[in-house]
Amino acid sequence: MFTEEQIITFKVQRFDPERDQGPYLKEYHVPYTQGLTVLDGLYYIKEKLDGSLAFRASCRMAVCGSCGMFINGKPHLACHTQITELESTVLEIRPLPNYSVIKDLVCDFTPLFAKHKAIKPYIIRREAGEIDNPTREFLQSPAELESYLQFSYCMKCGLCLAACPTAATDRNFLGPQALGQAYRYCADSRDDGLAERVKEIDHAHGVWRCHLAGACSEACPKGVDPALGIQLLKRQVVLRAVGLGKGRKLAAVVPPPSGQAKPRVEAPPFTVPRAKAEIAAGDSRS
Amino acid sequence: MAEGRKRENYLGIKGWVRAGRYGLERYLYFLQRLTGFGLIIYLLIHLYETSFRLRGEVTWEGVMGLFDQPVFAVLEYVVMAAFIFHALNGLRLVIEELGFALGKPRRPVYPYETSLQRQRPFMWAIGVLIIVFLVVSLYDFLV
Ligand code: HEM
Ligand code: SF4
Ligand code: FES
Repeated sequence: MFTEEQIITFKVQRFDPERDQGPYLKEYHVPYTQGLTVLDGLYYIKEKLDGSLAFRASCRMAVCGSCGMFINGKPHLACHTQITELESTVLEIRPLPNYSVIKDLVCDFTPLFAKHKAIKPYIIRREAGEIDNPTREFLQSPAELESYLQFSYCMKCGLCLAACPTAATDRNFLGPQALGQAYRYCADSRDDGLAERVKEIDHAHGVWRCHLAGACSEACPKGVDPALGIQLLKRQVVLRAVGLGKGRKLAAVVPPPSGQAKPRVEAPPFTVPRAKAEIAAGDSRS
Repeated sequence: MAEGRKRENYLGIKGWVRAGRYGLERYLYFLQRLTGFGLIIYLLIHLYETSFRLRGEVTWEGVMGLFDQPVFAVLEYVVMAAFIFHALNGLRLVIEELGFALGKPRRPVYPYETSLQRQRPFMWAIGVLIIVFLVVSLYDFLV
């Protein structure tokens, strides 16, 4: 289907609030090259065809979370989406829904960041001194790490809110990004902030607005699975409300090891070594 | 950037209905809502209709006579079907929204496996149960 010099049609939504009455699609033709991503195509357009096209991107490697857009009806990172995986030579690229458009493909993430901030995305302890001026270390087991690590990969790209049907009608809904992060901290054994965060999440636009459509987890390019985080957070809120769930013990604070040799800790199978082993074992997804 | 000249781009109700190429769960989300609202409408009609019983035997028989048509039998089955779906899918939601049947958090190793994929066997089991109930109640309506 894809050969060098094949022409890919990019239908890009244009909208300049200074000039245009409403958004419209503009067609561009980009020659296919091996490994062409949607973002490469947009840069080609901006450099060679139309310098007025506005989009946001930075890292080109699915790390910064800037380049989210609605590509052929689904939210994707433009830099993380190869033309070949879309299985079409015609692309329709629109700004992420469920935000406001500033220009062309650039949306306003101010509400997203405000919601993220609202859930207090940091470790909360009763003895605040140890957080502000640490003198010792927190002890955390690998199992305790696993319980929240998945959610800590969130890079605030906002794709999940673009996928969420609830966010489509309730702009005050905290949304999968913020709620997923609320769970990331509430599940951390070093954190004692559930009581404080409950005020921010246990209301009509908080956890209970989620009805488990699951689209956020499907859209997330980092495998964060916000839907899982939100349901586990609901459980924490319910257990707390009925007076259960006091079983979790807070991470102990211990003096840092001084002088003596560090204990050797077996490294868990991290993403990269495991992926390498799979490739070595002849797994062809690479 | 011209502050205040942004264009709102919320999908609105269309965002509920059009689930595009997303998973089945996003369709069930909308169906749960649709059947829920449908049941409320039915409940209101049902209360109004049965209130005629207060006006004595004769009025009641008259009103009941109006409903003695095949159309209403079909509609009644639709209400029953909506209730069956809503109740059983609601049961699935109650269980899952308390964090059960979704599996544990895991490291995001590509290709990612989400909690939604892990709940699918349970979801299909509920689906089979819904179909069984639908068939049994259809049989009940026909005989
Ligand atoms: C055994 C009976 C029922 C069960 C187990 C049940 C369960 C549920 C559950 C769990 C939800 C929330 C789902 C979510 O989080 O998305 C829900 C929503 C709802 N239910 Fe029911 N329900 C039942 C009967 C009814 C009846 C009889 C009515 C109407 C009179 C009704 C109307 C609604 C409505 C309007 C919603 C809101 C839908 C939404 O916001 O998406 N339900 N139901
Ligand atoms: S949860 Fe995933 S989709 Fe949502 S903002 Fe974070 S990285 Fe993006
Ligand atoms: S450019 Fe950074 S995530 Fe795509």
